[in-house]
Amino acid sequence: MPHIRAAGLLIAAVFFVSGSWVIVSGALGQARDAQRTAASRTEGLAAWERVYSVLTHPRCINCHTATNYPQQGDDRQRHFANVVRGPEGKGVPGLNCASCHQESNVDSTGVPGGHNWHLAPLSMKWQDLNDKPLSSAAVCRQVTDRSKNHNMDGPKLLKHHEEEALVLWAWQPGRRPDGTMRTLPPLSHEEFVAATSRWVEAGTPCPQGR
Amino acid sequence: MSTTTANDTERHLNRRGFLRVSATAVGGLLVALHLDVPAASAQEGAGQTPPPKKDYPPAAFVDIRPDGKVVIQVNRLEFGQGVQTALPMILADELDADWSQVVGELAPAAEVYKDPLFGIQMVGGSGSIAHSFQQYRELGARTRAMLVAAAAKRWQVAPEQCRTQESVVRGPGGQSARYAELAAEAARQPVPTTVRLKQPSEFRLVGKGVRRLDSRPKCDGSLKFGLDLDLAAMKVAVVAHPPVFGAKVRSFDDKAARALEGVRDVFEISVTRGGTGVAVIADKFWPAKQARDLLKIEWDFDGVERADSSRLLEQYKQLARTTGLISVARGDAKALEAVAAANRIVAEYEFPYLPHAPMEPLNTTVRFDGDRAEVWAGSQFQTLDQMAVAEVLGLKPEQVTFHTEMAGGGFGRRAVPDSHVQREAAQIAKRLRGTPVKLVWSREDDVRGGYYRPMHFHRVEIGIGADGMPAAWRHVVVGQSIVAETPFAMMMKDGIDPTTVEGVNDTHYNLPNLHVSAHHPKVNVPVLWWRSVGHTHTAFVMETLIDELAARAKADPIAYRRKLLNPEAKKLRSALDLMDARSAAWRRRLPKGHAVGISCHESFGTGVACAAEVSIENKRPKIHRVTVAVDCGLAVNPLTIESQFQAGLGFGLSQLMAKGAITLKDGLVEQRNFDGYVPPYMPDAPVAVDVHIVPSAEAPSGCGEPPVPVISPAVVNALTRLTGKRYRSLPLVAV
Amino acid sequence: MTTYQLNVNGERREVTVDPSTPLLWVLREDLKMTGTKYGCGVSACGACTVHVAGVATRSCMLPVSHVGERPIVTIEAMSKDPVGRAVQDAWVEKDVVQCGYCQSGQIMTAVALLKHTPRPTDTNIDESMGGNICRCATYVRIREAIKLAAQNIK
Repeated sequence: MPHIRAAGLLIAAVFFVSGSWVIVSGALGQARDAQRTAASRTEGLAAWERVYSVLTHPRCINCHTATNYPQQGDDRQRHFANVVRGPEGKGVPGLNCASCHQESNVDSTGVPGGHNWHLAPLSMKWQDLNDKPLSSAAVCRQVTDRSKNHNMDGPKLLKHHEEEALVLWAWQPGRRPDGTMRTLPPLSHEEFVAATSRWVEAGTPCPQGR
Repeated sequence: MSTTTANDTERHLNRRGFLRVSATAVGGLLVALHLDVPAASAQEGAGQTPPPKKDYPPAAFVDIRPDGKVVIQVNRLEFGQGVQTALPMILADELDADWSQVVGELAPAAEVYKDPLFGIQMVGGSGSIAHSFQQYRELGARTRAMLVAAAAKRWQVAPEQCRTQESVVRGPGGQSARYAELAAEAARQPVPTTVRLKQPSEFRLVGKGVRRLDSRPKCDGSLKFGLDLDLAAMKVAVVAHPPVFGAKVRSFDDKAARALEGVRDVFEISVTRGGTGVAVIADKFWPAKQARDLLKIEWDFDGVERADSSRLLEQYKQLARTTGLISVARGDAKALEAVAAANRIVAEYEFPYLPHAPMEPLNTTVRFDGDRAEVWAGSQFQTLDQMAVAEVLGLKPEQVTFHTEMAGGGFGRRAVPDSHVQREAAQIAKRLRGTPVKLVWSREDDVRGGYYRPMHFHRVEIGIGADGMPAAWRHVVVGQSIVAETPFAMMMKDGIDPTTVEGVNDTHYNLPNLHVSAHHPKVNVPVLWWRSVGHTHTAFVMETLIDELAARAKADPIAYRRKLLNPEAKKLRSALDLMDARSAAWRRRLPKGHAVGISCHESFGTGVACAAEVSIENKRPKIHRVTVAVDCGLAVNPLTIESQFQAGLGFGLSQLMAKGAITLKDGLVEQRNFDGYVPPYMPDAPVAVDVHIVPSAEAPSGCGEPPVPVISPAVVNALTRLTGKRYRSLPLVAV
Repeated sequence: MTTYQLNVNGERREVTVDPSTPLLWVLREDLKMTGTKYGCGVSACGACTVHVAGVATRSCMLPVSHVGERPIVTIEAMSKDPVGRAVQDAWVEKDVVQCGYCQSGQIMTAVALLKHTPRPTDTNIDESMGGNICRCATYVRIREAIKLAAQNIK
């Protein structure tokens, strides 16, 4: 049957073409990838430093403590009234985070708020027991350690940075009791997400060292 | 034997002291407050004290209602110390009243409720029981006698044949009548001039651990404090105070403030130290506070001194190197020089301004009706406050009805010689004529509003003798005078405020060649007595230095104190002995990393000794246990005394808190609220405190203030054992 | 000014106030329930503690506009609550109070603790109660009273 044979030939041709296209593009892609990865590790590390600059800003690091208390303020003092971590990072009965922090900022009284306000788990501590921020290398290792980070891979980390309510809070932190605005992290949220994306594309590289 | 007047303050009064208020202090009104010091006389049997000069009419103190309730007027503010239970206990015991029917009410301001010793209605100086023990006993006994007389008349029997118990009079022939039935007739009996008081063995309430009368209503939200007052048509006022004491309003823009719903008026008033502020009147507190935040005020700081803590510290340090006004010059002034340098200690101590910060912020409600006024205030100084309100309103004190409200703490903050809060309220009430107005100080107003325990600097030079005991002691204290230029200025002696040097000049340690002098700088910061006053800093200095001396002499700190104390220091010795006995076992078995610190101090006629077990956790002192012993004479209510000590020690720890100070920078108070001034919370309190009372039948002395001075030096003495460091600057920022 | 329907101690209450008014002042001045106290206004002292949807909450910094439908329980309801009553009885038994001003907040916090942790350890107590200021420092007896209440609650 000539038209079936023609169809078969056409199909084969299509396959051949797409196959070779795949092969060609694959080869080209690999070459491009090789270029991208090689260049990207440096770019990725640079992107990570930008991410790190946000993570260690008070709006973020104040709840990523190694101790049994959160911090508050730009001077990162221990949170007043002996507020403690509690078993789930939500405080203790009688003195929960929710005892004061609501689902959104309350600017009239100066209490920051967001959905499910609580401390990051100890597996996500970005400071040492003396309230000193950990090094870039140490934080990077922690953030990428899937046994510690709720099994998040690169794309999941990106999504976390894009969408998590308490992350977003850092860019809308509300007013202090004295009426002044809380300071913002050094990058905008868009820049933070872009840097995260860059870093993830590069395979979430971490700096060497301790 | 000492009389009920064992109060340090009282000792500096003359036999008949008149307080004259200067023209500048009270705007031209000369006020004479008559202080009646009873003639000293011998003790008249166990628990007896010389009677007060006045005869107090029972009718003004006891009201036996038809339903059987026995309502007793308490002549002092209740602000936690338990006087609203203790004084009724004393009266009810002599009265043989049914305690379950007794109600204690806080008496309004009136002549008859003045402190029998000081001649003003007040609470302070830990004097409530000390000054009113005898008074309330006699009132109870007189009332009982009148009830018995009424019953005896009714039954035609002799009064001596009648017995009383649990609000019932029983006659010899089986007759009985309840007090409630006899009350009206009893009131018509003549008030007896002499009465028989009970022997201590007959007490049914006094000496027993009786629970407080005000517990339940304080636990169910029903008890009303001054701040809770709600009157028909009442308005609420807040005041914008100048950021620097004494500054004045140059101009203010209240447009935004007045635009808020519920805001009624905005106007200028006078405030403390010659300053002015802006009062905001609203229907409720929240709109008043919001409106105040919207005020735009231009302040005039011309000629106003800007106090600065660092600058003051430097000045005080320099002053302390010079001899001040001499308080004590005992023995040989040159004895110190005779001691080789190697055997001398030179110590300098720094103490900051301290806020009282009672939990209930200051408030007063006033209504002015033209020829009368009514005041509601949790006041420690009803007489003075009533006079001040009268003066502002152009009334006589008798035209001002002054109600005493239950107060949420005071610690001295509600005992203000210049009545500044009442004066603010009166000015506002005058403007709002006919409408009651509740003036509320916010917590920020309170933390920043002055009237602090003054800053102090001590410089002490000790020459140690060959026997390891002090051979010479030269002590200079620098601190603002609390009483100068107040109605209490007559307490000054040779220019020295006794409340600055108490605890040093009257030390019970045998310090030969003792030289004490004081400087009283004038600083533009209002200051006030803070629970235990001078002892807050003097006990710290004395007890840490004595400990240092003991350590140098390689002596046990308790034994050293025993050796150094004057034999006549009976109350201190008995407290020290009892504390030693009750703590010896645990002191010998301290876990690793724990140390014990000892201190003992007498204040307001009460001797206290304590041992504190301390370790260091998270770079702060952790107090595991305190054993404290007290000799306060007859213990009227041991349950209250235990509470005063368990809790009073906790209050005393305020001095050690890392953020436990007020500091000023260029005239501005740096702290704002409990985020900047941090008092002790539960984790800071001792884990356990055991209190031991020396059994005594002597006249009772107070327990309100005596717990406070001993705890800071005891804890610090323990820390020194742990770290080897000396801690001479409070608050304890680092361990 | 906005009108709010609040559920206070099981009753429906209506108030018309500025939305920013903290729940504390709505309770005290609009509903005339003065058991809940003003100590600092910045959530540092706990005197204003109430329960909102069962969570111990500092009412001085919670605007009434943020409460919504959540039920509010105050100190005034504690004597009818089994845990509340046990706590109050223990407080009286142990003669805890001095000036008493902070005690509404202490009791509300203690009730929240005991409802969640019926047999609290010393650490539980210090952590849960560690944010309430008692200026008279009755802490030692508060601890004892909580332990007594825990024993007495069925």
